[in-house]
Amino acid sequence: MRDPAVDVRAAIIRAHHEEWARLVAALTRRFGDLDIAEEAVAEAFAAAVERWPADGPPPNPGAWLTITANRKAIDRIRRENKRDDKQKQAQMGYDDGPPEPLGAIEDERLRLVFICCHPALAMDARVALTLRMVGGLTVPEIARAFLVQATTMERRITRAKAKIKAARIPYRVPSADDLPARVSGVLAVLFLVFNEGYLAGSPDADPLRHDLTTEAIRLTRLIRALLPHDGEVAGLLALMLLIEARRPARVSADGELVSLDEQDRAVWDPELIAEGHRLVRERLAAAAAGAAPGRYQILAAINAVHTSARDIRDTDWSQVRALYDQLVAVDPSPVIALNRAVAVAELDGPQAALADIEHLEDDLTGYHAYHAARADLLRRLGRAEESRAAYDRAIELAGNTAESASLTRRRDQLG
Amino acid sequence: MQYLMSVIDDTGNLATPEEDASINVFNDRLQAEGHWVFAGGLGSPDAATVIDNRGGEAIVTDGPFVETKEYLAGFWIIEAPDLDVALTLAAEGSKACNRKIEVRPFL
Repeated sequence: MRDPAVDVRAAIIRAHHEEWARLVAALTRRFGDLDIAEEAVAEAFAAAVERWPADGPPPNPGAWLTITANRKAIDRIRRENKRDDKQKQAQMGYDDGPPEPLGAIEDERLRLVFICCHPALAMDARVALTLRMVGGLTVPEIARAFLVQATTMERRITRAKAKIKAARIPYRVPSADDLPARVSGVLAVLFLVFNEGYLAGSPDADPLRHDLTTEAIRLTRLIRALLPHDGEVAGLLALMLLIEARRPARVSADGELVSLDEQDRAVWDPELIAEGHRLVRERLAAAAAGAAPGRYQILAAINAVHTSARDIRDTDWSQVRALYDQLVAVDPSPVIALNRAVAVAELDGPQAALADIEHLEDDLTGYHAYHAARADLLRRLGRAEESRAAYDRAIELAGNTAESASLTRRRDQLG
Repeated sequence: MQYLMSVIDDTGNLATPEEDASINVFNDRLQAEGHWVFAGGLGSPDAATVIDNRGGEAIVTDGPFVETKEYLAGFWIIEAPDLDVALTLAAEGSKACNRKIEVRPFL
């Protein structure tokens, strides 16, 4: 027999995933205030948690939540006795009809995404606001994921909302001229959320950081649904899927980070890989038709090459290097040049790769991956002493235990 | 909605004739498009005097209220429907006067 309490909980979680952003977006539109929208929607879900177990989930959870959230918002406005606030009175009078049908306000969520990721807000504020308003994470959840105090996170979000209001950051989809830059700002926020969950990867980190990769993918899927023709959105989604697919192989049983060449490829997630490859093929077709790919599309293509190889030895390194050449043209950063050297080492040998990365020393001297890559190349050249010194430097700089464990093992294997 | 666009300078130099010319072009545009409220350039911080009359007796101090490397060199007050419009104008203003600009809303 099914447990009705489990069904109700599942219904609430599903409604939270499907309706949260839509509700916040619709209420922001109606009441012209993010703060009122956020609080009213949170209260509507609290009411659902209270009432659905007793009454059973309503036949149309979205409509139930919309009506409840609208009532909560109106209650708050009345409670605050803002009768002198003519603007709010006007909005209430103007739009006090029945809630709009849910499908008709699809792009409201896009407005919500753009306001949360507005360039006038600091990056950490954009991330926090997006996870709260669009993702529906609670403030303590976001705080835990970014390893800050809940009160700090609360202040960050409150300050961002206050700035939006005081500086009048508009609630709209940017004009066609501004759209590419603004979309790329949104993608930067989502990729940062993903990386925050991905790079931690350590067994002692809060498990919610894993949820961050899932959340980033979920939000990127949403953006993809809202902007289906944007190549970089597709590229970022593919990139995240192909990285996420390898997660089961990334950390060994004893908590050590496993590099790509040592991963057990049998445990990679075939469904995520298939979906990522589909998106990459779609973008390759667009590129063949003349659309110049951006950095996320190229990064996704590189990951598609890796995830196409059943064994590291089957990797098409010339393809990887060609893609890195394209990437360098779009984004000539030293980190990209460093990653390109991995392909060079496979094609032209470690000596050539070492020559390629030596000039990056000045830019990357504080970056553990630079020293790790250099250590690996020196090891392959039989220069054990120099390799050991480079590993030492990499271990010193590595941010988490899983990573330093892997580097320590490699260093100790030098003998 | 009105915004203050503060011109931030750290050069200690007045605007060059070229900068003055492009500021004039920008000002004409602000007026033609209905964004213009007021604007002005300021004398150097060395010319500032601070006065404090909170305690019953006005105390006069020579110099700016805070010594900084960067200082306010001038400002525009503009009318704009929202921050996106204000930021677009500020980007053009920054180019015209060849200085950084801080955009801040009026209450």
